[in-house]
Amino acid sequence: MRRTNRRFPPLPVWLGRPNRWDLVAGALVFGALAAIIVVARDMRMPLEMLDTTPIVLDPAALPGYAARTTLRMFAALALSLGFTFGVATLAAKNRRAEKILLPLLDILQSVPVLGYLSFTVLLFLSLFPGSVLGAELAAIFAIFTSQVWNMIFSLYQSLRTVPHDMEEAATAFHLTAWQRFWRLEVPFAVPGLVWNMMMSMSGGWFFVVAAEAIAVGTHTIDLPGIGSYVALAIAERDLGAVGAALLAMLIVIGLYDQLMFRPLVAWSDKFRLGETAAVETPRSWLLTLLRRTHLVRSAGVPLRRHAHAIAMWRPTWRPPAVPLSRATRTRIADALYYGTLAALALTGAGLAVSLIAGIGIAEILHVLRLGFFTLLRVALLMAIALAVWVPLGVLIGLRPRLAERLQPVAQFLAAFPANLLFPLAVVGIVHFRLDPDIWLSPLMLLGAQWYILFNVIAGASTVPNDLVEAARSFHVRGWLWWRKVMLPAVFPYAVTGALTAWGGAWNASIVAEAVRWGDTHLVAQGLGAYITLHTEAGDHARIALGVIVMCLFVVILNRLLWRPLYDAAARRFQVR
Amino acid sequence: MNPETEPLLELQGVRKIFPKAAGELVVLDDISLTVRSGEIVGLLGRSGSGKSTLLRGIAGLMPLTAGRILYRGSAISGPTPGIAMVFQSFALFPWLTVLGNVELGLHALGVPAQEASRRALAAIDLIGLDGFETAYPRELSGGMRQRVGFARALVVEPTLLLMDEPFSALDVLTAETLRTDFLDLWLEGQMPIRGVLMVTHNIEEAVFMCDRVVVLAANPGRVQAEIPIPLPHPRDRLAPAFRQIVEDIYALLTARAPLTTRAFGPPIAQHLRQVSTNVLAGLLETVAAAPYGGRADLPEVAEDVQLEADELLPAAEALQMLGLAEVAAGDIVLTPAGRDYAEADTQARKRIFSEHLLACVPLVAHIRGVLATRPSQEAPRVRFEAELEDHLSEDYARETLNAAIEWGRYAELFAYDDQSGRFSLEDVTA
Repeated sequence: MRRTNRRFPPLPVWLGRPNRWDLVAGALVFGALAAIIVVARDMRMPLEMLDTTPIVLDPAALPGYAARTTLRMFAALALSLGFTFGVATLAAKNRRAEKILLPLLDILQSVPVLGYLSFTVLLFLSLFPGSVLGAELAAIFAIFTSQVWNMIFSLYQSLRTVPHDMEEAATAFHLTAWQRFWRLEVPFAVPGLVWNMMMSMSGGWFFVVAAEAIAVGTHTIDLPGIGSYVALAIAERDLGAVGAALLAMLIVIGLYDQLMFRPLVAWSDKFRLGETAAVETPRSWLLTLLRRTHLVRSAGVPLRRHAHAIAMWRPTWRPPAVPLSRATRTRIADALYYGTLAALALTGAGLAVSLIAGIGIAEILHVLRLGFFTLLRVALLMAIALAVWVPLGVLIGLRPRLAERLQPVAQFLAAFPANLLFPLAVVGIVHFRLDPDIWLSPLMLLGAQWYILFNVIAGASTVPNDLVEAARSFHVRGWLWWRKVMLPAVFPYAVTGALTAWGGAWNASIVAEAVRWGDTHLVAQGLGAYITLHTEAGDHARIALGVIVMCLFVVILNRLLWRPLYDAAARRFQVR
Repeated sequence: MNPETEPLLELQGVRKIFPKAAGELVVLDDISLTVRSGEIVGLLGRSGSGKSTLLRGIAGLMPLTAGRILYRGSAISGPTPGIAMVFQSFALFPWLTVLGNVELGLHALGVPAQEASRRALAAIDLIGLDGFETAYPRELSGGMRQRVGFARALVVEPTLLLMDEPFSALDVLTAETLRTDFLDLWLEGQMPIRGVLMVTHNIEEAVFMCDRVVVLAANPGRVQAEIPIPLPHPRDRLAPAFRQIVEDIYALLTARAPLTTRAFGPPIAQHLRQVSTNVLAGLLETVAAAPYGGRADLPEVAEDVQLEADELLPAAEALQMLGLAEVAAGDIVLTPAGRDYAEADTQARKRIFSEHLLACVPLVAHIRGVLATRPSQEAPRVRFEAELEDHLSEDYARETLNAAIEWGRYAELFAYDDQSGRFSLEDVTA
């Protein structure tokens, strides 16, 4: 089973050329973040309600916790899906919205979710005072913000790249915009969207674990779930409980993979464009079972009929015509729209500046320096991970049977919330008296490195056999073989994997640069630690500063580094 | 066949203009034509004649700049019930079964599900697809897929059927089967359609199927001639009368003596078709060799080298532009330089080609000139692309520059690095 995209991954839309819209978007995002802080810092919520049912380390409670955590994940996924359909469709269909949404989404996806957790919790608690719902929603929101962006970009890209001849056919056969959306555009987008939902789900585990046990000032909010269970186990130095949690995670991930994503992937294969049937069609025992079961099938018939009726719905009325000419209307709407945007951006920029105004230049420079430390860590780790996993991935990918067996393992490892393993690192570092500045670093890439591995495996397994045989027949061996044959062939895939790992590493730095095991705290010099420490201290201005600086680092490097790499990959290394 | 000759479709003074930085790009100029009931009309023309643009305009897929389109006497704009289309690339939805694809147009029109399925099954039957109802398009061969394309068009019971090169994506044998099957249904009156407008670049196909062929001239596209084909069906491709009409159309397509002169823009913005230098060399060799001996009938050469008219004509035109051959009245005649080229070895060939390229293609001379005057002897691609885009569409500008690059590289007049997108004289002068 190979579930990766077999096509060369297209340039992510958010890696577009930077322009003035990025500035507007940046002002909007940072302004909104500042606004959340301003609203949230005045909240003094009684948070005792969760203290009445404390988390227990009894393994028998684990299934219940696991179920609640999984529920949160799926709630966030459903929320992401709904949001994706709204926002991506708007961006794809509306010229004005598109201009601001793309840079906006790019910056939003770079906001370190974990750095912002304490504020969103306060905000949601204030929205639902005296109820656990607020905390639950905050956790779901945290997962949502880690999942939604790549899904939006995927749907947007699909909507913009529907094959022209099929669009023409839809027009020629009188499909309305609504019918065309459900009959042509959404089906076309399904494979990409399913793939990105899987990626999002994998990424989400990391955050659900971090989002369930949140320290807000002096309070700790513990939502019942695996994350809180692990947090308690860490606080009480109970290695056995950590192990039990790991096992529970393994089972949960295996279950939803078998019960949800495999059937989804197998089903979505029919929406794949392509001339011929795939060499290997993704299969799922569950889907096959369902398709063969008469009872389930017949139960599905009315469902399908209703879905069909909705998709083919035709409006019976038309909106009344506005008496102004089209050009005039466009001009008026443009003026209103851009005026509002400019006002919002200015307000946002002002708010963000005023929030961090009290901080001196010296500290800002210090934060920038910390940013460079973290950047150095991420860059070094990426280099090491690439040096290890690219050759290994190639060797695995070239052996189809091995690849078939190891690919799901790599994907599983990517889904595994690596922050569960952090305590073990602390034990090791303390025991061997190692330097936390160096030895905490690997934690940042612990979870993200697998993206590199499974992308490279996928890349190597799609290298045409002719190329491999040609190299062999011309006696291309050793270093020459790597340099001229395999590395170029898997380059686009390595870049895709590295880009995902890169984003993950920055986010992980917030939990990886400051780690604890019981009362032992280990802190490394870095931007992630800066955000974490000030979160614990409740210093809003400095959290905002840290978050903004991290955003800037990620966004700027995306444009300066990853965009050219993607271009190079698309131009030169695509195996046709 | 239908005895009445009611006009189904009338085009009156249709124009299509794309605004460009340096004026307007006229793609279709003052096109008027009529499709009557009982007719299959072919639209034939070289690429650049806008035949596909015209068909899309009629189908309502693309707005036209000026002129009127009348369908059964009333003006239309946008997709019109009663007009259906068959696409060159089939344009089937891969996630729908054969039945689903055929039903789609009916569902879009709000036909009740039961009736839609009954009518779709009937159309599938008619077009010879029974047994494939539940298959997905990717399980089908190209011929079967295009049958789905036909069934999908026929099921909405159109009066006028538009076809955009419907057989050109199929192999020769399959295409012929589909053509004769379609003609059988048409002649037996089994289909609801009463008129067909078909775009093709295949001259023989047009003569084989059509009652009338409208030949479009290129740049800008305009009606050059209308040729009635009064031959009875089934037509014999080898019959002298058939061959004569094919010859006549070839002559028409090559008639406009200086094929490359343009009404629009400066000389450097002349649109170049990207024809491989291998094809050019091959054509020169073929015409120079026996049995042609330097003068050949284009239809014969086309058959000989297994190229279709729209592939052969650009090559012949390119040779004419380069002064290596003359094309007129369906014949190609090598110039002395063309004969020399055919007999020369690789290096001498490159020399001849490069001399003629510099002398005859202003764009190549322009690129050379710009590179020579710059101290770095380098220039970015975008510089020339921008110049061309003032006068040509984006696609044409790209193709023109790509052609100049391919020919310039072969002639070793300049080097081009695709990575950096830069032209240079490096390696060339050294």
